[in-house]
Amino acid sequence: MIEAINEALDISMAKDPDVVVMGEDVGYFGGVFRCTAGLQEKYGKTRVFDTPISECGIIAVAVGMGAYGLRPVPEIQFADYIYPGLDQLISEAARLRYRSAGEYIAPMTVRSPFGGGIFGGQTHSQSPEAIFAHVAGLKTVIPATPYDAKGLLISAIEDNDPVIFFEPKRIYNGPFSGYYDKPVQPWKKFDASIVPEGHYKIPLGKARLATEGEELTIIAYGTMVHVVEAVCAEKGVEADIIDLRTIVPLDIETIEASVKKTGRCLIVHEATRTAGFGAELSALVTERCFYHLEAPVERVTGFDTPYPHSLEWAYFPGPVRIGEALDKILSE
Amino acid sequence: MADRPPAEGDRTAAKAGDNRPALSLHVPEPKFRPGDTVDFSHIEVPEAGAQPRPDETTDPKDMRDFAYGLIRVLGDDHKAHGPWDPKLDPETLRTMLGHMAMTRAFDERMFRGQRQGKTSFYMKCTGEEATSVSASMALAGDDMIFPSYRQQGILIQRGYPMIEMINQIYSNKGDKLKGRQLPIMYSSREHSFFSISGNLATQTPQAVGWAMASAIKGDSRIAATWVGEGSTAEGDFHSACLFATVYNAPVILNVVNNQWAISSFSGFAGAERATFAARGLGYGIASLRVDGNDPLACYAAEQWAATRARANAGPTVIEFFSYRAEGHSTSDDPSGYRSAQERDEWPLGDPVMRLKNHLIAIGEWDEERQQAMDLEAAEYVKKTTKEAEANGILGHGLHHPFRTMFEDVFEELPWHLQEQAEQAIRERETKFPGGLDL
Repeated sequence: MIEAINEALDISMAKDPDVVVMGEDVGYFGGVFRCTAGLQEKYGKTRVFDTPISECGIIAVAVGMGAYGLRPVPEIQFADYIYPGLDQLISEAARLRYRSAGEYIAPMTVRSPFGGGIFGGQTHSQSPEAIFAHVAGLKTVIPATPYDAKGLLISAIEDNDPVIFFEPKRIYNGPFSGYYDKPVQPWKKFDASIVPEGHYKIPLGKARLATEGEELTIIAYGTMVHVVEAVCAEKGVEADIIDLRTIVPLDIETIEASVKKTGRCLIVHEATRTAGFGAELSALVTERCFYHLEAPVERVTGFDTPYPHSLEWAYFPGPVRIGEALDKILSE
Repeated sequence: MADRPPAEGDRTAAKAGDNRPALSLHVPEPKFRPGDTVDFSHIEVPEAGAQPRPDETTDPKDMRDFAYGLIRVLGDDHKAHGPWDPKLDPETLRTMLGHMAMTRAFDERMFRGQRQGKTSFYMKCTGEEATSVSASMALAGDDMIFPSYRQQGILIQRGYPMIEMINQIYSNKGDKLKGRQLPIMYSSREHSFFSISGNLATQTPQAVGWAMASAIKGDSRIAATWVGEGSTAEGDFHSACLFATVYNAPVILNVVNNQWAISSFSGFAGAERATFAARGLGYGIASLRVDGNDPLACYAAEQWAATRARANAGPTVIEFFSYRAEGHSTSDDPSGYRSAQERDEWPLGDPVMRLKNHLIAIGEWDEERQQAMDLEAAEYVKKTTKEAEANGILGHGLHHPFRTMFEDVFEELPWHLQEQAEQAIRERETKFPGGLDL
């Protein structure tokens, strides 16, 4: 997935001279996860550059660059560090088009590795997507495969609205089954890792049906798509697994059609439970599909605690929690 | 550990420092409160013209005195003095005076309009006109402005149609911002005037970003941003200084020190410890402290900074040392927290009067022409206000159609906003069964 992201940046920068990449360590070093490797060498220091450790500054400067007419792609090294830049994202980037009635826009793509599963402790593991889903004017994208990562990132960069692009770092190098004691298989062993060369786009707001099945609908995104797939395969459950790809805008049509078909719905995300994006999904499914439901909508999420370090395996919404929820929802 | 009692050993340890002096907290307090007699003799007002003018490419480390001094051009004799005299021709000076008089007339009328219930809110810039009008005149018309909320003088100086300003203040159907912003939060791309935010100091790092973009593209335009001295306390201001200095951005960071942030005096922004210009020094940014009520000094300082930025010599912090003669806004009553005498006792006078007296002193103006100018400005504002009122005033129905509430959240309307827009229209039909002229 790292190579796919790098390719998307490379192609976007080659195509449009207004695309600039910035963030801590993204220049000479190529990013701590190597997503921006080689870009400075290729496009020069004024289009790919390191920044001070100031998330507020990084995002604010991107807003100003967007207002000028550039398409900045700032990187926040970990999603957990995005909070110092929140005012600039929420009050400024998200509202600029609205408050100026379209005179000024902030066409920026904030890339940030997010999510847990790497023993990153409470400051390298969080999933803050619900905060952004709550803000009018922001789009939030979370790819689950290398193919999607490339196509979605190109779409995000070409989009005229500010986009938060969360990269599930647990699956940077290969899908995660949720079992901490099983070795990770590299992406190259999977079809989803086949990334076509050149420019292609995956539209924002269009979900992917990862697997098809009649028993229930499972809505997930990011790392959890793979955990859910592994659990279903193991338990022999045939589910419509919907990989949302973007949570705002949301593909309600795919969700509605699937739940009306299966009559059961499980929502899975890593973020804390209370007021998480799963709550919104659950409400939408209940509002729109109530008379088709044969069981209450269930949620599997992280716990409402800060992300622990040594007990991460117990915190992470893995196969046991998902398996229990599946048993419950399928028995009703 | 609030749920556990302290251990015995902890209590003993707490007594270990008993023989040390008790620490005390300093809470700043302004020198004068309502009813106090004002004495501004502590403010050092150096002689006009006494300040040297460094080369625009001077290294910031050699500029300490400019951050702690006060650049002045107009003296008590109303003449221009010293190396900072921008030597403007009389016609330009009269134009400057005209913009300042127009700004004042506009403020008077809009303040009254708010009191008459035509809008919810207004903010005057009385006493600070030079910090916007004069400074703006020193920039090119296509240099990008990232303003705060008290720079209406820039729009007037740049020739933005006044009716657009009033339409915005009245949030009427002519408001091109579709009635979304608080009154006075203008935006004009055509006049290179950035959309004003209600969150303070957010525009300062954005201005730096714009300036960086201009440099990335090899453009020749620079950016200038305005922030109040109170708002320099925001982290955004410090991010702006840091990015500006790191990338040598072609940007001017103007700080209007009008002494008051609503009821908090400048001490709460750190004024007791250092000047606001000195904030720039710590970042290695060229820094100037200027008499903000001296229109010629304001012009000269901004021109110096603009020349510096255009020469790729780097950013500048300018502190305009001024005084907020009126309340913070129409929602504020300064008589509740500061001496009523302050305005009259302010040692640097009034910028409009100082420029007028200068023009008279050099034989290019007189009281009769000033009166005629003031009258003409008042009449123009009155006439324009009437034209704007034909588009409606706040709360009187002549606003933008309901559907516009949902436009511009995103470039395209997503399904959930489409549904909510339909809901709003249904609600309107229930609330106003007779229909509205929309």
